[in-house]
Amino acid sequence: MKALEALNRMPAWARYMIYALIGILVLTVVESFESGDVSRLTADTASRAMLKWSVPILLAGLGGLYSERAGVVNIGLEGMMILGTWFGAWGALEWGPTAGIIIGMAGGAIGGLIHAIATVGFGVDHIISGVAINIMAPGATTFLSSEVFGNRTQSPNVPGVGQFTMPVLAGGDIFGLETPDILGSIADQEIFYLSDIANFSRGLMSEMSLFTVMALALVPITAWAVWRTRFGLRLRIAGEAPYAGESLGVDIIKRKYQGVIISGALAGLAGASISMELADFYQEGQTQGRGFIGLAALIFGNWKPQGILAAALLFGYPFGVSLRDLDGSSTHALLLVVALGLAAVAVWAWTRNAKSDVILAGSFSLGMFVWYLLSDTAPDWLPNTMPYVIVLLVLVFAAQRLRMPAADGLVYRKGGS
Amino acid sequence: MPKDFKTLMLTVAAPATAVVFALLFSSLVLLLAGSNPIDAFADMLEYGTRLEVMVDILNRAVPLYISGIAAAVGFRMNLFNIGVEGQYSMGAFFAAAAGGAIVLPGFLHLLFILVVAMVVGALWAGLAGWLKVARGVNEVISTIMLNFIALGGVIAALIVPWRDGEGSLNSGTKLIEDSGLLPDLNWLLEIFTRDIGKSRELSGALVLAVLVGIFYHLLINRSRLGFDLRASGMNPMAAKAGGVPPKQMVMLAMVVSGAIAGLVGMVDILSRAGRYDNNFTPGLGFAGIAVALLGRNHAVGVAFSALLFAFLSASSSILQITGSASPEIVVIMQGIILLVAVIAYEFVNRIKEREVTRLASLAVEGADA
Repeated sequence: MKALEALNRMPAWARYMIYALIGILVLTVVESFESGDVSRLTADTASRAMLKWSVPILLAGLGGLYSERAGVVNIGLEGMMILGTWFGAWGALEWGPTAGIIIGMAGGAIGGLIHAIATVGFGVDHIISGVAINIMAPGATTFLSSEVFGNRTQSPNVPGVGQFTMPVLAGGDIFGLETPDILGSIADQEIFYLSDIANFSRGLMSEMSLFTVMALALVPITAWAVWRTRFGLRLRIAGEAPYAGESLGVDIIKRKYQGVIISGALAGLAGASISMELADFYQEGQTQGRGFIGLAALIFGNWKPQGILAAALLFGYPFGVSLRDLDGSSTHALLLVVALGLAAVAVWAWTRNAKSDVILAGSFSLGMFVWYLLSDTAPDWLPNTMPYVIVLLVLVFAAQRLRMPAADGLVYRKGGS
Repeated sequence: MPKDFKTLMLTVAAPATAVVFALLFSSLVLLLAGSNPIDAFADMLEYGTRLEVMVDILNRAVPLYISGIAAAVGFRMNLFNIGVEGQYSMGAFFAAAAGGAIVLPGFLHLLFILVVAMVVGALWAGLAGWLKVARGVNEVISTIMLNFIALGGVIAALIVPWRDGEGSLNSGTKLIEDSGLLPDLNWLLEIFTRDIGKSRELSGALVLAVLVGIFYHLLINRSRLGFDLRASGMNPMAAKAGGVPPKQMVMLAMVVSGAIAGLVGMVDILSRAGRYDNNFTPGLGFAGIAVALLGRNHAVGVAFSALLFAFLSASSSILQITGSASPEIVVIMQGIILLVAVIAYEFVNRIKEREVTRLASLAVEGADA
């Protein structure tokens, strides 16, 4: 228990580093049980793919943060993301990748503006407006696609954005000069655990796209802007206690508009990252519900940027692993990881004397373990479903520990109470 | 009855405004895209009023209506059941599999399939209800997650072993024997008018929709349970003080909503395909939410909005043929109708609120005098 208390006293970044190290240790141990190609769980290909697939989820989650911190629930993220996929691809096709990023954000921001007008301006229920946007957005992009590209489902290939590899640590270039690849050389030593850490981190630092760099930079930027600036203070008061803010002279309506429009722009950026980076073209339905996963990441991350980053990486990981996993053995190993995670939840619940949690988590864990033992490979649908199951499990065991902004989802009327 | 008349006018004005706005805005979009909006709308109106197409519209409206009522049950209780999508897919999938696996004599077979669909839908929705009452999980999030788990997990996993062995990889579950299918209602129309040609049939699921509508109206407006549901939705604490347990009401609303949702896929399963296959219509759950909102959760209002949405999607296919506009314009129209309608309803609500306050203050003044 002392170890846990010590962990809680650490700064957040150090705590998350320790969680990550424990996570890699678990993966290293688990992959040693698997037959066949054993180092896939901690390979740089897995971590690189994880990061790549996490980017849209992270951006959507951060988008949700700006809106919900201002007190507006945004289940329209999915729709705004769909707008971003089309506008991003269109901008990139017409004027190049940079324009694609900007126009993709603008497209999402239009969705955000509509949501803001409906919910903040007219006081429409937030869920209802979000559903309306989710219905409207795919129709709009399909219409635009058939008018502009002459093909209702798909665009031509889109020019990609640049890549970046960290110098010194992962062997990237500085102004054309080659630098050593320190992590790569540690990985090649094949030392237990240490090489796994090096290889996994190397994947996170090499061949990053511009979208990845932007998304990762937005985590500290958001933490600073929302918690350390005047803008952020006013944004948060709109989401926590709008009438108190109003009595202090804060223009709540303006702050809510700002929050929801930023939210739409980030969701649009998330969409653009899918069409421009993950797929190289716009395609109907290509978001595949990632806006909703972003929303889940927001809740999982307790409405905080670092939590959203952790959630996005966690949700991106099964995709990342499954991408290189043709025989399904690595995904199969993930079953054991989930079983271990649930067992940890059960033990944690035991220390708190929460009997029903122990029984629930214990039986889920046992079920996963039995599944792991009785099968050799995991089915192909598993990685796609895992993020949703993880979110439900987290909500089942930790819903009471999450705290959303106090006035989130409530309709604000100026001068009301 | 001038006051009632005014209320009625306000109620009708909101959706009418929405439709007018949608027409104006989509005209603008069509003009910008270089199409003639008047030609397009005239084509749609002419095509949409042909008998064969009207049959198609009714067939499309039935699942929309049932889905809308399923969502409305939740809305009436202030519950956002976003999970109708997953619930109807699960219900239809299991019902199709069960109906294909066994054969019962005559009507029993059909009844069995319908019951399976409702029970599975209710169980899937009940899971979200349980998460809410026992674990405090918000139903919007849990039902969204359950949608993905249903479609991407459960159905994707079970369709492989339950697939009809022979035939291509694309085939769905085993075909249901004729005894389990819904009879068509062509004879009903043919009493009044000519034969319905072009091998179209009016699905018997229309009867289901009517029954669901009557059940919903009686449950919400004419039963003690419905009163408790509405009371608990408006103010759970006050209702609890009056002896209505809020947790049971949440469970009940979710289970009833899910059971109705289970019937949504029956047009596809029991009138069109005879099984669950790759052509099973997705997205009816979200469309149902739109239809419920537009119809103000009212049994008749939802019917009108379901017909409107069905008319728009059925008649848009003519645009492809005449080439007067891109058929996707109707999806934009549906979205605008929905958005403007909910804004207009909010507006009307505020006018009514003000009216009530005014009347109340008048009454107080009168009492003083």
